[in-house]
Amino acid sequence: MIEIVNLHANVEGNEILRGVDLKIGSGEVHAVMGPNGSGKSTLAQVLAGNEAYEVTEGSVSFLGQDLLEMPAEERARLGVFMAFQYPVEIPGISNAYFLQAGLNEIRKSHGLDELDALEFRDLLKEKMDLVAIDPKFADRPVNQGFSGGEKKRNEILQMAVLEPKLAILDESDSGLDIDALRIVADGVNRLRSPQRSMIVVTHYQRLLNYIVPDFVHVLWRGRIVKSGGKELALELEAKGYDWIKEEAAVGAGAE
Amino acid sequence: MPEVQEQGVDKARFLEGVERFRETGPAWARAIRAKSATRFNELELPNRKMEDWRFTNIAPILRTPFNLVAGEAAVDVSTLAPFRYGGGVAELVFIDGQFAPQFSRAAEGVTSLNLSEALTSHEVLIEPHLGRYLNGTPNPFAALNSAFLADGAFVHVAKDAAFAGPIYVLYVNTKRDNTVTYPRNLIVLESGAKADVVESHVALDGASRYLTNSITEVAVGENAALHLYKLIHESGEAYHLATTKVRVDRGGSFKSHAISQSGKIIRNEIGVQLDGEGAHTSLHGLYMTSGDQLVDNPTAIEHAKPHCTSWIGYKGVLDDKSHAVFSGKVYVHRVAQKTDSNQLNQNMVLSDKATIDTKPLLEIFADDVKCTHGATVGRPPEELVFYFRTRGMSEAMALGMLTYGFADEVVNQIEIDPVRTRLEQFVFNKYSPIPA
Repeated sequence: MIEIVNLHANVEGNEILRGVDLKIGSGEVHAVMGPNGSGKSTLAQVLAGNEAYEVTEGSVSFLGQDLLEMPAEERARLGVFMAFQYPVEIPGISNAYFLQAGLNEIRKSHGLDELDALEFRDLLKEKMDLVAIDPKFADRPVNQGFSGGEKKRNEILQMAVLEPKLAILDESDSGLDIDALRIVADGVNRLRSPQRSMIVVTHYQRLLNYIVPDFVHVLWRGRIVKSGGKELALELEAKGYDWIKEEAAVGAGAE
Repeated sequence: MPEVQEQGVDKARFLEGVERFRETGPAWARAIRAKSATRFNELELPNRKMEDWRFTNIAPILRTPFNLVAGEAAVDVSTLAPFRYGGGVAELVFIDGQFAPQFSRAAEGVTSLNLSEALTSHEVLIEPHLGRYLNGTPNPFAALNSAFLADGAFVHVAKDAAFAGPIYVLYVNTKRDNTVTYPRNLIVLESGAKADVVESHVALDGASRYLTNSITEVAVGENAALHLYKLIHESGEAYHLATTKVRVDRGGSFKSHAISQSGKIIRNEIGVQLDGEGAHTSLHGLYMTSGDQLVDNPTAIEHAKPHCTSWIGYKGVLDDKSHAVFSGKVYVHRVAQKTDSNQLNQNMVLSDKATIDTKPLLEIFADDVKCTHGATVGRPPEELVFYFRTRGMSEAMALGMLTYGFADEVVNQIEIDPVRTRLEQFVFNKYSPIPA
């Protein structure tokens, strides 16, 4: 699905990613964990195509294509989706209208017919049921006046409508209480499929109790310093990140 | 940019034809005309050395010799259809500034008729109000309107009366190049009355050049409520200079929506005096400028009594080389304790060549008040545009949708369905959020 090789990226001149390597197969769910400032969100933003981040080295191949060459909208049309850590509010544009416009752009790029408002309404209702969102959110301006939990659920709704091939969830658990977390995780789990890969970026192991990953990676100082199965997340929960930092320091010293 | 000088502008020219109106109406109305002509002669023509006109260059208007409209244009119902809304309680239609009774209809329970007739027939209702709310405004164009005082809408709503629909007032220009009209409206709500009035200015031809010089005076009685919608949809080459002056009595409410849709130069001034305890006003506005348009929205609220509340919220979208001006004056008298006044002017600037001048002006002489003001100017933030792009939409589409959403926030509050629907369509088409 996606292969990231030696990815380096800067933000405002500071190098945040310093050689990330990550390969994700079809239908796999990979958790990317790490302490604050390790580069998790930067990785998500770079993959989604945020031009505020400058890629200085490395490559990202997605479905055999060079992802880094594409503007954000082309990546989305090809099947990359990011659920934002901090979804923005869009005054005056309803959720339904926004999503219909996005979905139709994606459909057009694949040579499919656009959905009209009625067809889209049916689809939206079905997806809202799937991720347990109140239908009244369809006509509210995107994220405006939504609580933190509602914004995160709205991101999952967008994922359900746009049906990406690769979903990057950037701290979809941050700021959520346990009930909201469970709702978000349930929504994500319903969207797991053999054709859809996911990168779940999170600081805490908590989310991974609900979205059980196939692989867990630890990002530290802009590199993946440890990878393992889902049990690695439990180990991190129990022992914290310090032992990883020490191991990484020893490893770096041995090079 | 050259300063506007009075030299070379022949003031007498503006008063040509004024004698045509001199002998009509009761003596007090004739006196208003005569006094106003004198006052026009005394007042300095607007120029950019004057604080109120510092950003607003109306030299093109001063340079153009506008004439009074002569004769009647042939207009039929089908020509007017796109500009009317249907329904409503009553409708007053003016063609090239002149009352058109064949298109107008009155309603039971509300007095609505042509002001020039009402000067005589409803003298008792009019005389206490007409010209009383202009408060010696130094604007010579307001004086000029009064010198030509004749046709316009007179609406009177009796004590405690209320209606299910709005009163429509429609001014239509029929491609009369180089003409000037002087619409003059007076709206009086007695205590406890409620009404909505929609005042629209439209043109049959999108390119004709003319001047609308308009005044609307409003008296809102105790616990009465008026909502005035003003839709300025003049020809793209037309000029619109307007003054709306309002007095609100105890517990009364004046709300307005002022929407500048088109016109080469528009100056739409609104002044509200809150002159009774517990009075309220909220002034909403939207201007959408492009090309080399100039749109100026001076707003002013005078808090003359305690416990009054006011809100000014104007939004603008500026494109191309256009220029917009906004000012929000709030004057709080020493006695006007517990005043609560807020204003916000938000501008979305789509082009590097567009200019916005925005200024609040607060003069507060009471010590127990809450007054806030704010202004924003800018393009939609990149992070918003990025959000759209991650959902498959192009930057152009994102900007279109963000602009539409921004402008529509003013329009979607409009409670009169046909007016809101038509305006939403206008805003939608103007910014075409989804390119074909």
